[in-house]
Amino acid sequence: MKTESNLEKVLSAGHLAVTSECGPPRGASAQTVVDKAKYLEGVVDAVNITDNQTAMVRMSSFAGSVLVKQQGMDPLLQMVTRDRNRLAMQADILGAYALGIDTMLCLSGDHTKFGDHAMAANVHDIDSIQLIQMVKGMRDEGTFQGGAEIKGVIPKMFIGAAANPFADPFELRVMRLAKKIAAGADFIQTQCIFNVEKFERWMEGVRKMGLHEKCYIMAGITPMKSVGAAKYMKNRVPGMDVPQELVDRMASVAKEDQPEEGIKICLETIERLKGVEGVAGFHIMAIDWEEKVEEIVKRAGLYPRPQV
Amino acid sequence: MITAERKPLEEILAYIKPFKRILLLGCNECVTVCAAGGRKEVGVLASGIQMSMLKNGTSIEIREHTLERQCDPEYVEELLPMIDSADAVLSMACGCGVQQLATRFKDKPVFPAVNTKFMGGSDRHGVWTERCQGCGDCLLGLTGGICPIAKCAKQLMNGPCGGSARGVCEIGEDVDCAWHLIWERLKALDLTEQYLEIMPAKDWRPGGGSGPRKIIREDLAE
Amino acid sequence: MKDFEPVIVAFCCHYCAYTAADMAGSKRLFYPSNVKIIRVPCSGKVDSLHIIKAFEKGADGVYVAGCLEGDCHFKNGNDKAAKKVAHMSKYLEEIGIEPERLEMVRMSAGMGERFAQVASEITDKIRKLGPSPIKAAAA
Repeated sequence: MKTESNLEKVLSAGHLAVTSECGPPRGASAQTVVDKAKYLEGVVDAVNITDNQTAMVRMSSFAGSVLVKQQGMDPLLQMVTRDRNRLAMQADILGAYALGIDTMLCLSGDHTKFGDHAMAANVHDIDSIQLIQMVKGMRDEGTFQGGAEIKGVIPKMFIGAAANPFADPFELRVMRLAKKIAAGADFIQTQCIFNVEKFERWMEGVRKMGLHEKCYIMAGITPMKSVGAAKYMKNRVPGMDVPQELVDRMASVAKEDQPEEGIKICLETIERLKGVEGVAGFHIMAIDWEEKVEEIVKRAGLYPRPQV
Repeated sequence: MITAERKPLEEILAYIKPFKRILLLGCNECVTVCAAGGRKEVGVLASGIQMSMLKNGTSIEIREHTLERQCDPEYVEELLPMIDSADAVLSMACGCGVQQLATRFKDKPVFPAVNTKFMGGSDRHGVWTERCQGCGDCLLGLTGGICPIAKCAKQLMNGPCGGSARGVCEIGEDVDCAWHLIWERLKALDLTEQYLEIMPAKDWRPGGGSGPRKIIREDLAE
Repeated sequence: MKDFEPVIVAFCCHYCAYTAADMAGSKRLFYPSNVKIIRVPCSGKVDSLHIIKAFEKGADGVYVAGCLEGDCHFKNGNDKAAKKVAHMSKYLEEIGIEPERLEMVRMSAGMGERFAQVASEITDKIRKLGPSPIKAAAA
């Protein structure tokens, strides 16, 4: 074991892990975070706390993670390289670890263009792969990115990264994963999987390079609430691949039955992916639908969560 | 080259409003090539200013002149015979030229008439795109001759983000994904293995991260 | 203002509009003498500077007359001229001159009637607009 992370414990014990996410509010209410997180209590092994998701200002991922931790749950601190330079990020890593946060996800972040501060500078002092390297260096070498030694307690983070098997160029996507793993990623959470066939092809490439043995790959799952949501993700969200037949299937049922149809699709996807060699767990991103995660986890046969 | 675009006339007029005699200066280098501040643009701007002033019931005396290079002190010396008869200088050169003038003529107000944009090249007639951010430590040798710092919206140094689709960047249909281009180049050159090498966190000091940069060539500097 | 006679500068391509003007003349077609023709080797040779200087020197209206679409003797000088005219129209607006005072027209060498008609129409239009604000301010 590299860390004390609950997620690492679950994964290394060979269980299919489950994570979900909680987006902090666009306000200073601690209660909102607590309320959202409560839906996930006992249902998942770690709760991703997003970092200025879609480049919109929100309560910091750090503060959100601390609030979730205070509820006795395991936060997964997301960190994007868009908003801060390496000094600020390392400072937060030290602070987060000091407050009991031991799991994080290294991302480059959505471009500011998509958010409500399009005029802000995109920092990108380092990229997501260099962030992984930096966190690993802090943990394994006990040094800061600049080379100096970390004094006293060393932050031992279980290091996650994202992968999008559906972005182009497809042939590069396995190599990009290999690079993230070489940089030090311990686990991966993928982009939402709707095009299962394409994901399987990607996993084939992953296995060919033996990457599934070097890193835990958690499949990203998103239940669709409505045909409108399906269309939006298909057409509007960069890097998403929603096949037309899923949109059609959502459209084929009455509006009031669409949420259930969306859940069914997501359960079928989980079932199929359980059979894919190398899939180590599921990351359920129920956007503005956190209350459904428990039902999904239970119906998918992923409940109760193992106590490790 | 360094690219530039003329500022809105309104902004230029506001700068020169308090003055009676203006020296309007073009530059024969980059801003001429990108049609922003050469001899011709100086003429067009002078006419525009004159007409705007006339329309507003005021007048101004404009002397037009275009230097070979505004960023070199030798050429700026050429202005000595005319500088005294101007109350202010309006420069159509890039920011380097404007500052050269301000440094040389300490008691003369100097205003920019263009916005300096970026270091770029011409894609086709009338279209210029950014190519270089002057990071001071060129990595083009590792990226197939395509710069991820200048051309990737997130300055990613280790490959495309998840927003790359069909060769296009997520920020806009008219923006190529730099890493898609790099990957295609590496494939064409049979250098795809090169992609697997992790580019470490960049030292931004040569790129201006530690204050204004300077080059001193010992053999040339006096 | 009743007696206002606009000064109109017409940059005419040698291969079309200029020849058309010639034809209009030899056919004794009427067109207003307000139009001052400047022959250019191609409408594409008309520069932003020429257009702006024409206004500065007192023109009330300016038009560039080039060949019909696809008929430029030099491939696409007429299309370039059209873009330049559109670009300069925006600049005129910035200066405070009505952009309608500048126009791009197209015709072939054989269109003597069209030349005369265009000259009359543009003269009428500018007459209605009145003197250019620059000229008015200078007066």
